[in-house]
Amino acid sequence: MSELDNRWSLPAGTSRTSAGRRLRTVSLKRLKVRENMLAYAFLAPSLLLFGVFMFYPLLRSVYLSLYSTDPAGRVASFVGLQNFTALFSSGLFLDGIRVTALFALLTVPAGMLLALVLAALTHNLLRGKRLFQFAFSLPMVLSVGSAAVIWKFLFHPSLGMLNYGLEMAGLAPVPWLTSPKWALFSISLMTVWMNLGFNYIVISSGMQGIPDDMYESAKIDGAGPVAMFRQITIPLLSPTLFFVMVVSIIGAFQSFGQINILTQGGPMDSTNVFVYSIYREAFVNFRFGTGSAQALLLFVVIMLLTLVQFKWVEKKVHYQ
Amino acid sequence: MKKHVARQAAVYLILIAAAIFALYPVVYSFFLSVMKPEEASAFPPSIVPHSFNPANFIDVFGIVPIAAFIGNTFLVSGIVMIGQLITASLAAYAFAKMDFKGKGFIFSLFVASMMVPWEVTMIPNYLTVRSLNWLDTYQGLTVPFLATAFGTFLLRQFFLQLPKELFEAARMDGCGHIRYFLLHVLPLSRPAIGTLAVYSFLNTYNSYLWPLLITNSEMMRTVQIGISMLEFQESTSWNLVFAGITLVILPSLLLLVFGLKQLVRGMSAGALKG
Repeated sequence: MSELDNRWSLPAGTSRTSAGRRLRTVSLKRLKVRENMLAYAFLAPSLLLFGVFMFYPLLRSVYLSLYSTDPAGRVASFVGLQNFTALFSSGLFLDGIRVTALFALLTVPAGMLLALVLAALTHNLLRGKRLFQFAFSLPMVLSVGSAAVIWKFLFHPSLGMLNYGLEMAGLAPVPWLTSPKWALFSISLMTVWMNLGFNYIVISSGMQGIPDDMYESAKIDGAGPVAMFRQITIPLLSPTLFFVMVVSIIGAFQSFGQINILTQGGPMDSTNVFVYSIYREAFVNFRFGTGSAQALLLFVVIMLLTLVQFKWVEKKVHYQ
Repeated sequence: MKKHVARQAAVYLILIAAAIFALYPVVYSFFLSVMKPEEASAFPPSIVPHSFNPANFIDVFGIVPIAAFIGNTFLVSGIVMIGQLITASLAAYAFAKMDFKGKGFIFSLFVASMMVPWEVTMIPNYLTVRSLNWLDTYQGLTVPFLATAFGTFLLRQFFLQLPKELFEAARMDGCGHIRYFLLHVLPLSRPAIGTLAVYSFLNTYNSYLWPLLITNSEMMRTVQIGISMLEFQESTSWNLVFAGITLVILPSLLLLVFGLKQLVRGMSAGALKG
């Protein structure tokens, strides 16, 4: 039953008689149908758009993945699962997953923790709250295009501010984007910065929703700020945190722009994340068949990850 | 008391350090945008500009028609934002507060579609838009993005958190779904809706690959393509590249200045807290 129940649909007096009961089942059924229709009407615009621009193209990608195509994208011949076996035997799939998983590990926990700590610290500020909120939300308004160009300059080996700062501190310069050891870390640093705005805004907005009197009564009971954070903020914020986590992991698995601009998958494929190698397969090598096969594998991986999160993590989420 | 002051000071120190990390790249690009070319490519780099050359901004307009790009991008982002707010709030309401056949299945379809990397659908979508003759049009730029699984999920999470007492009270008043949705859920969800509005606007404003694929004429191009054209043409004149970046991020920066309160406002105090 939905939350807006329909128990007032019938005068209470008649419901005791059997005729009333029959009438009641009929009208319940009708209300149920009406609620169904209304729900579908609410969903219709989204479903229609998804059908045309999401589900149909998805099927079409499955179709393409079983064919080889000419460079213009026209289907040339049916190859069965050959595109898939080629991905596994060449190591393209496993390498892509490895780099992408590492990238997610470097960006998601750090990004969430940073945003959570900053949101908690700014939540009860008396002075300068708006100023800090502005600063931490700021990265969100930058496109991946402009952000990557800015960081390209910061990472610049000789003109860049980062190496200049290291030099001032008496440290050796770092080959940010040119060494296979550093490149993925550098891109992760930039990505944590870029995601800070979104994570911070969503988490702060979740914190605003926690009623003040909870904190007040905890304070009367003598709870310190750390205890309040652990026992009130975190549990009540868990739906928001869960949301941020799901979105961040999916986002990490779909990153493309910063890699295209900063390293183009290099050096030595050290930043060749999954989506970038799909792009390379399809639009650089013009192998739409393997590109589609790879994209479908990415889809499967992301879906498994998300299902796992919904299955196990959402049990710990507390809804009010 | 002393301990309290020390703690406050530590909090502010951490926040200031973090704020520098967050702000510096942007402030630095503003600095670079007014430098003379010699200074922008000098070593050691200047932390603050020592030269002031606002002509950079005018020179950028000479290279690419940035004003037209910005206007275009605003129109497209506005259409997508309004469309997404309508479709997502309707769908989210159905998932959060209504009961219907196949709810679980349709919801998992939505969540699944959120996991579809858009690169999977890009080639077929391009073909669809081309067969509809929508290349180089506003329809082509907007219609594929009018529905959002992400936004639906965001609003659903928020709607689920609205207190049950509210429903009971509405039920007592004989309130139906449509009235309840329009008069109670939407106004109470202003923070989440505001978040989605700003987020979807910025997302579209910042999108790159799709506009690049489906627009050809200069007048249909969006701002992000403008930036890349600039970098392509003037890759050595960092001051001009950064003047372009500054012009491109200023509108969204203004949006943040005016939209921030809406974004982090939280629930309207009176309605839910007491």
